[in-house]
Amino acid sequence: MVTPITPPLYPLKESPSQTAGPYVHIGLTPNFCGIPGVYANDLGTTMVGENTKGERITLEGRVIDGGGNPLKDALVEIWQADADGTYKTRAEPGFSGWGRAPADGETGIFRFETIKPGRVAFPDGRLQAPHINVWIVARGINLGLNTRIYFEDEAEANAGDPVLARIEHRDRVPTLIAKGGNGKYSHDIHLQGPQETVFFDI
Amino acid sequence: MKSNQTPIANFFPRDRSWHPKAYTPDYKTSVLRSPSRALIAFGNSLSETTGPAFGHDMIGPLDNDLVLNFASPGMSAIGERVIVHGRVLDERGQPVPNVLIEFWQANAGGRYRHKKDGYLAPLDPNFGGCGRTLSGDDGAFAFRTIRPGPYPWPNGPNDWRPAHIHFSVFGHGFAQRLITQMYFEGDPLIPRCPIVRTINDPKAIDQLTARLDMNASAPMDALAYRFDIVLRGSRSTLFENRLEGN
Ligand SMILES: [Fe+3]
Repeated sequence: MVTPITPPLYPLKESPSQTAGPYVHIGLTPNFCGIPGVYANDLGTTMVGENTKGERITLEGRVIDGGGNPLKDALVEIWQADADGTYKTRAEPGFSGWGRAPADGETGIFRFETIKPGRVAFPDGRLQAPHINVWIVARGINLGLNTRIYFEDEAEANAGDPVLARIEHRDRVPTLIAKGGNGKYSHDIHLQGPQETVFFDI
Repeated sequence: MKSNQTPIANFFPRDRSWHPKAYTPDYKTSVLRSPSRALIAFGNSLSETTGPAFGHDMIGPLDNDLVLNFASPGMSAIGERVIVHGRVLDERGQPVPNVLIEFWQANAGGRYRHKKDGYLAPLDPNFGGCGRTLSGDDGAFAFRTIRPGPYPWPNGPNDWRPAHIHFSVFGHGFAQRLITQMYFEGDPLIPRCPIVRTINDPKAIDQLTARLDMNASAPMDALAYRFDIVLRGSRSTLFENRLEGN
C-alpha cells in the first residue's frame, strides 16, 4: 500500500518571540511616553463611549515581580466581549472590546475604563463566566504572558466556568479574580512567588 | 463591523521550545519576571480565536516613515536610510492580511527617545522612533526608517545589543499576539547578545535576521531589508470572510 504524500500542515515556524524591552511604550503608547505628534492618540486608551451598553467598570492593577516590586515598564492589553457576550472584531462607535494600557512610570498601576463583559460560550456550549483576556509584555518577559481576569461579584458564574474548572490546584483560582464591586475592581498580577498568577498556554 | 461568533478551529499549539523560555538567567531581568509554575492549557474558545481588527483609515500618511514622521518640516532623521519590507504569513504559509504592525527603535547612534535611556549618544531632534502600518491583502508590508545603532546595556559588564527593530504584530485572534525583534544580516553582535541567546535554535535566530534585498532598494536613496513575520496558523481557513471591510 502506498501512503499518500501530503504537504506538511505547518510548513513554517512561528516567528520566535523576543522581549518587548524597556521601551515598549515608545512603540505602543508614544503619546504617553513623551513622543507627541506622530499619532493623534495612543491606541486602545478609549474603550467605551456615551452609548456603550453595559455596566461601566474601572479596572486597576499592577504587575508584580518575584521581589514584590511593581513593573513600571510593563504594557498590558485586554480583549473582552461586549455586554451581550459578543466579541467585536472591528472597533465600532460604542465599544471596541480591546484596550491597551502602560504601567505608570512611578506606581506601576495600569488602568482600564471599560464595561463588565457578558458571558461567552465555551466550545462545548457551557457559558464561561464574565472575564477579560489579558496579555502582558515587558522587559524581562521573553514571551507575552496570557492570563484572564474574572470578577469577585460573579461567584455563581465563576463556580461553573469551564476554564477556572481546569485549574487543578484550587488555591490558585483566586489569582484570577479581581476584587471589588460597584464598578470598581482591582487586580494585581504576580509573576512569581506564593501568589503567582495562573498563566495560560492558549 | 464584522463579528464572528461561530466557534472556529483552534490555533496550532505554540512550540514553546522554539520560543525563548521564560527563565533565562543570562538575561538577568528575566530572573524575577519569569513565572515558575506550569502554564495551564484549555484549547481555544472565542476569547482566544477572535481579536481586534484595525482599519486602513486609522493609518496616517507618514506612519510608516520614521525618517519623516517626527521631523521638522524640511528636515529628516540622521542615519543610513533603509526600507524594511516583508510579508505577514501564518504557519501554513498563508498571507495574513490587514493586521496592524507596530515598530520602534533607537536612533542611528543607538539612543532611544525615552527619559530612562541615559546612553551618551545624542538624541536626534528629527527622530521619534515609532511607526506602524497594516499588512495588505497579500500580507505584505513596508516602511522606511534609519538603521538603528547598536547600544550598550546593563546586564553583563560589556553587553551590547545588535542593531534591531522591535515589532508588535496582531493576528486575527488574540492568541496570535506577538512581540519580537528584527536583526540585520551580518551584524557580529547578534550571536553575542544575551537577549538573542534566549532563543535556543540557531534557525530560529536566523528567522529574525533580515536579509539585504538589493532589488527592493531605492537607488541613490535607501537600502532595503527583507523581513517576513510568521504568526500561528490554524487548521481551517478561518478568515476568508473577513478579508474585506477592515
Ligand atoms: Fe531595543
